[in-house]
Amino acid sequence: MIVVEEEGGIVLDKVELRLGSNNFRFDCRLPAGVIIAVTGPSGSGKSTFLNLVAGFETPDAGQVRIAGENVTERHPSERPVSIIFQDNNLFGHLDLFTNVGLGINPSLKLGATDRQTISDALQRVGLGDYERRMPGMLSGGERQRAAFARTLVRQKPVLLMDEPFAALDPGLRLSMANLLLELHQEAGNTILIVTHDPDELRRLADHAIFIDNGKILLEAPIEEFLTRTDVQALSDFLTA
Amino acid sequence: MLTGVERRRGIAFGMASLLGIVLFIGLALGALLSWDAGTSGERLFTAYTWRILRFTLWQATLSTVLSVGLAIPVALALARRPNFLGRIWIIRLMAVPMGLPVLIGALGLIGIWGRQGMLNGLLLKLGLDQPVSIYGLSGILLAHVFFNLPLAARLMLAALERLPAEYWFLSSSLGMKSLSIFRFIEWSAIRGVIPGIAGLIFMLCATSFTLVLVLGGGPAATTLEVAIYQALRFDFEPPRAIALSFLQIGVTALILIAISLFPAPEDSSADVGRAVRRFDGKTPTARLWDCLAILLATAFLILPLASIILSGLKADLWNLVTSPIFLRAALTSLTIAFTAGLLAVTAALAIITARNAIADMKLPGAPAKSLSTLLGGMSSLVLLVPPVVLGTGWFLLLQPFGDVARFAPALVAAINMLMALPFVVRVLAPAMQLHHKRTGRLTASLGISGWAKLWRIDRPALTKPLLVGLSFAMALSLGDLGAVALFGSADLTTLPWLVYSRLSSYRTNDADGLALILGVICLILTMIGTAGYRKANDRG
Repeated sequence: MIVVEEEGGIVLDKVELRLGSNNFRFDCRLPAGVIIAVTGPSGSGKSTFLNLVAGFETPDAGQVRIAGENVTERHPSERPVSIIFQDNNLFGHLDLFTNVGLGINPSLKLGATDRQTISDALQRVGLGDYERRMPGMLSGGERQRAAFARTLVRQKPVLLMDEPFAALDPGLRLSMANLLLELHQEAGNTILIVTHDPDELRRLADHAIFIDNGKILLEAPIEEFLTRTDVQALSDFLTA
Repeated sequence: MLTGVERRRGIAFGMASLLGIVLFIGLALGALLSWDAGTSGERLFTAYTWRILRFTLWQATLSTVLSVGLAIPVALALARRPNFLGRIWIIRLMAVPMGLPVLIGALGLIGIWGRQGMLNGLLLKLGLDQPVSIYGLSGILLAHVFFNLPLAARLMLAALERLPAEYWFLSSSLGMKSLSIFRFIEWSAIRGVIPGIAGLIFMLCATSFTLVLVLGGGPAATTLEVAIYQALRFDFEPPRAIALSFLQIGVTALILIAISLFPAPEDSSADVGRAVRRFDGKTPTARLWDCLAILLATAFLILPLASIILSGLKADLWNLVTSPIFLRAALTSLTIAFTAGLLAVTAALAIITARNAIADMKLPGAPAKSLSTLLGGMSSLVLLVPPVVLGTGWFLLLQPFGDVARFAPALVAAINMLMALPFVVRVLAPAMQLHHKRTGRLTASLGISGWAKLWRIDRPALTKPLLVGLSFAMALSLGDLGAVALFGSADLTTLPWLVYSRLSSYRTNDADGLALILGVICLILTMIGTAGYRKANDRG
């Protein structure tokens, strides 16, 4: 049997991890250049899955590969990924420009082109006039836009998002999802997005995985994922 | 939801205690002002007072800079090493100096840094015969750092641990190195709390009495408080004491105003010890640096404490405890402490009840509002006039009525009560507000009031916080040397005074034994107090 590994995709090759009394075992080959939803009940291991890709957790066994490269032992900053959390994506005491700038250079050594890049990125997410604003003065949606701007300047092929819109109200979620889709189409990056929201899943994802109890129960393209009825936990989740 | 009667009673209760406190402080100040008023004015700025003022501020500045500056690496290291072996115990150790009577701490420091102390013994063995001197400015600084570095470190650590967990994930993912993390994350968290911490420590050091009395004292190393004490006790020169008292009040007033401009530092102890994940500081240099900072700070704190225990155990504890002089001192101390504690709790209750009653009014008028503010500002008023100044005032006031020693126990108790009041209010207020919030509407709708409410509703909920406040106040009073220093004599001997007089007569063995006993009592009482304070805060 020939295993075709999708080029540029994220691969967790028989990854095992034990945290306290919880055991995780992930084995999957995810396609590149698409939006992949990571779903499952709370406490099932979605964030741990993301942490393994990001490098905040190192597996006890197995390999993590991104775009064909083994990154298992690499520091988070040396992996080709950007991250957006649900909240606190910006350092609260630094203005937006600085926050985005740290995405280009962590010591904030910025040249003229870098400064232009930062301004353009903020412009792109609709925060062009807010360069010197502090995060505390912005709404939750604006703060997440600024976090998007930082991922734009970082130009990493993979974007990890841990329930990025969960704290926003429904109307705002829709417009943020549209912005995310636009940015994804422009960059062609791979996006892993943890979500609890079945609507979001339908709206955004091309592909999805369902995690339960530390294991991936199902991994499939979105059409198949949404129509599968043989996984009880998934049906419960989709109809919730 | 109070009845009119309850509200009026609460406010009257608060006004009565306010009046009592204002009278107690006001009479002392009045006595200072009216005594020999003509000459005190001229004495305000003589070369002598000027020198003492300068030294007071200079040592306070140095103590603050050293305490805060040295606490920064300790706090950073503890924050960066959430899994450091015994970390939670090190953080708890840092709370010990706060509950330890200052005099006892000074004894422990002498045991390590003193002429016969461990350090000089070690230096001598190494062939160096230049002993480190604990007396004078260096000793005062050392002691102030011993008491205040842990305070500063704990407050900074709390500020660092309040940072969102995502910051550490992000900084790691962005590849920020230690220097960038310090510059963009840690420093801004610490910078925010430094003014508050520095103000607090400066205040404590500028009004420091016991440490300066024991470790300084000479004309070259005297602070205002000690100089007031010396002017009264040794030279009996009331005008000089009065002039110095006014300088002291002026200085504390200025510091209090300065402090009020900055946010008060919060010690959210609930968060201390929370599991935080840090991804930085994994290089060998960072590890070494952090270990060094934590271990040095721990040794600096633990050695004097160990010295108190070890030299205390060397004393003939049984003989000491059964000696009549100890028993008498213990009885005096406990009586004073209990009186002070009871008074402090009663006054605190009155203040909080009145403030709650005013807060309960739908449209409090201007007089009610200002009464509430006044009651709230009471603690600052108490801080404004230090114990020695209060003692001086009352000393002058009571002198015409015969031997001041007769009134001394009551005076010491009253002064101790005032010193404890701000802390007791801070312990009780959240518990009482919560209790009121929980039961206020229900008791009102059921029409429970008067004694029935006091006994059935308030007593079960408030007994514990009241006892906590009492133990806190008693610990403070039991360990205090400041108020008793002016009046201490063969007739009025408290435990700290006994330790101090044994120390001055070079009977250090007795002093060590007594110190151990007193230290343990005070620490236990403080532990009861802080545990309750934390709980009250969690719930609030």
